[in-house]
Amino acid sequence: MSTTLKPIKGKAFVLGKNIDTDQIIPAAHLVYSLDDPEERKFYGKYALSGVPSAESGLPQGNIPLTKEGKTESEFRIIVASDNFGCGSSREHAPACLEIAGVEAIITPTYARIFYRNCVDGGFLIPFESYEDLSKEVHTGDELEIDQENFVLKNHTQGKEYKIKPLGSVADIVRAGGIFEYARQNGMVAKI
Amino acid sequence: MGMTLTEKILAKHSGKDRVSPGDNVWVDVDILMTHDVCGPPAIGIFQKQFGENAKVWDKEKLVIIPDHYIFTADKYANRNVDILRAFAAEQDLPYFYDVGTDSYKGVCHVALAEEGFTRPGDVLFGTDSHTCTAGAFGQFATGIGNTDAAFIMGTGKLWVKVPETMRFVFEGTSMPPYLMAKDLILKIIGDIGVDGATYRTMEFAGPGIKALTMEDRMTLTNMAIEAGGKNGVVEPDAITEAYVKARTNHPYELVYSDPDAKYHSERYYNLEEIVPMIAKPHSPDNKATAEELEGTYLNRAYIGSCTGGKLSDFRAAAEIIQSNKVKIDTFIVPATTEIARGLETETIFGIPLIEIFKEAGCQIGNASCAACLGGPSDTFGRLNSDEICISSTNRNYPGRMGSKQAQVYLASPYTVAASAITGVITDPRVFIQETVI
Repeated sequence: MSTTLKPIKGKAFVLGKNIDTDQIIPAAHLVYSLDDPEERKFYGKYALSGVPSAESGLPQGNIPLTKEGKTESEFRIIVASDNFGCGSSREHAPACLEIAGVEAIITPTYARIFYRNCVDGGFLIPFESYEDLSKEVHTGDELEIDQENFVLKNHTQGKEYKIKPLGSVADIVRAGGIFEYARQNGMVAKI
Repeated sequence: MGMTLTEKILAKHSGKDRVSPGDNVWVDVDILMTHDVCGPPAIGIFQKQFGENAKVWDKEKLVIIPDHYIFTADKYANRNVDILRAFAAEQDLPYFYDVGTDSYKGVCHVALAEEGFTRPGDVLFGTDSHTCTAGAFGQFATGIGNTDAAFIMGTGKLWVKVPETMRFVFEGTSMPPYLMAKDLILKIIGDIGVDGATYRTMEFAGPGIKALTMEDRMTLTNMAIEAGGKNGVVEPDAITEAYVKARTNHPYELVYSDPDAKYHSERYYNLEEIVPMIAKPHSPDNKATAEELEGTYLNRAYIGSCTGGKLSDFRAAAEIIQSNKVKIDTFIVPATTEIARGLETETIFGIPLIEIFKEAGCQIGNASCAACLGGPSDTFGRLNSDEICISSTNRNYPGRMGSKQAQVYLASPYTVAASAITGVITDPRVFIQETVI
């Protein structure tokens, strides 16, 4: 269990505050299967397509997470302002970001159901920052998250920021989700 | 020290004498509800994790209510209802409210109450953020994702972090005639913000709350999630018991907060001092009074959903709309089939509500979530371009009711009805004073 966690590296995608689940994945797209390997690609295509264009990919704006005609994004880490994931309980929200290729989010605060879905479903890691980094980081910056020491490195700008340890959900995140956690603890039988 | 209502329910369901905010506990689940949007993926996870032939933990406790994308030609949406149907048959589920049958209900949160699943003292989880509606009955109820729902399907348990409780006390013994529960909750959300209650319980209390009907209390607790709340609760009383007993013979337990319970915070409101409220685009906390926005241009009005499509909501709207014509496209969507029947039987001066709406020029839809959350492009009442809509629903983030170019103002059914008649935002007090005189 004490294996070293690899750093998460990749390009930043920056958003503002109160990005709700309708912006993350508009309701019209919730009809696609998450199990079918082809159909689920729609979620990568439409991830964050509900964000008003001017506020998508800050500070410049008008940058889609996933390019036209693609199902996977070039961006790996979302940096956003407060209350990320507010609104509905749709697990399609963290799922679509994972399908698009996003591995982590960094924001000062989350809406609770979205946060919980990220953790229990093992889709991506919801890190909390001490300050609002959405004004510091630019979309496209090369970032690295040191998961052992909880440091965010911005290689493009040559800056580093402390981020919060995962706290009480760390064990579930490390296990990879609630089922894996429950199996490790004998709560659910292995199949 | 005492415990709050929420703490007591979580303690009992986790086999503990007491719990404190911040504790992580595993609770036994009384009811799990899912619908056509999140049911199919939850079932997929259940089958993957517990095996293709696995049985749910207790078929009496799983309630499946298709309601979101029902009256649509979207092939994927219809396929999802087929998945629910096949699962309900395979698992022999007694509580599946199938589309196209007499048992079809419509919006899950209202249907849960009508069918007797909102029982005081119980723990209810649902794959929908507005599951918190059921807290109106003194139940612990909250929304979860597909993975958590699949976990419950297999085990009957889920981990919960015990929330702190914020208490909102309403002074005053009766609702002023121009006010509805929607005004109270929009006022609160405007005051504390869309993350003002994140991770916490919102407990609504005081003589002003005791004066509310069950439907009005449901409007309040429904929108706890719009302030980020984990759940919303109202202590049960004679009004609660009368509703529940009329709907189920199942036993329940009345749970109350202790007088010395510890709260995160308390806020006091006086019903007499609250006026008709509006949430402007594009956030439920973007508050204004109807009076401040008087005259704002609109081209769409919508009355429906779990929070704004109950029979009392339509009765309120009809009181204002009667003998008038609507000036803008106005959509009426009853939450459930029971409410749809109520539109035929409930009357004002002997005229059924449905006749009042039709005579005024409103369009009437079938019971479902419809355009509250946009949905497929052929959804009844959906905002498909740059409409400016006033709506009795609960959320107005960009794109919520369809196009992200559209604008949505949230308001009470009174205010929506008054504005539908004039075509601009209108304080309902103008009409209600006329009615009273």
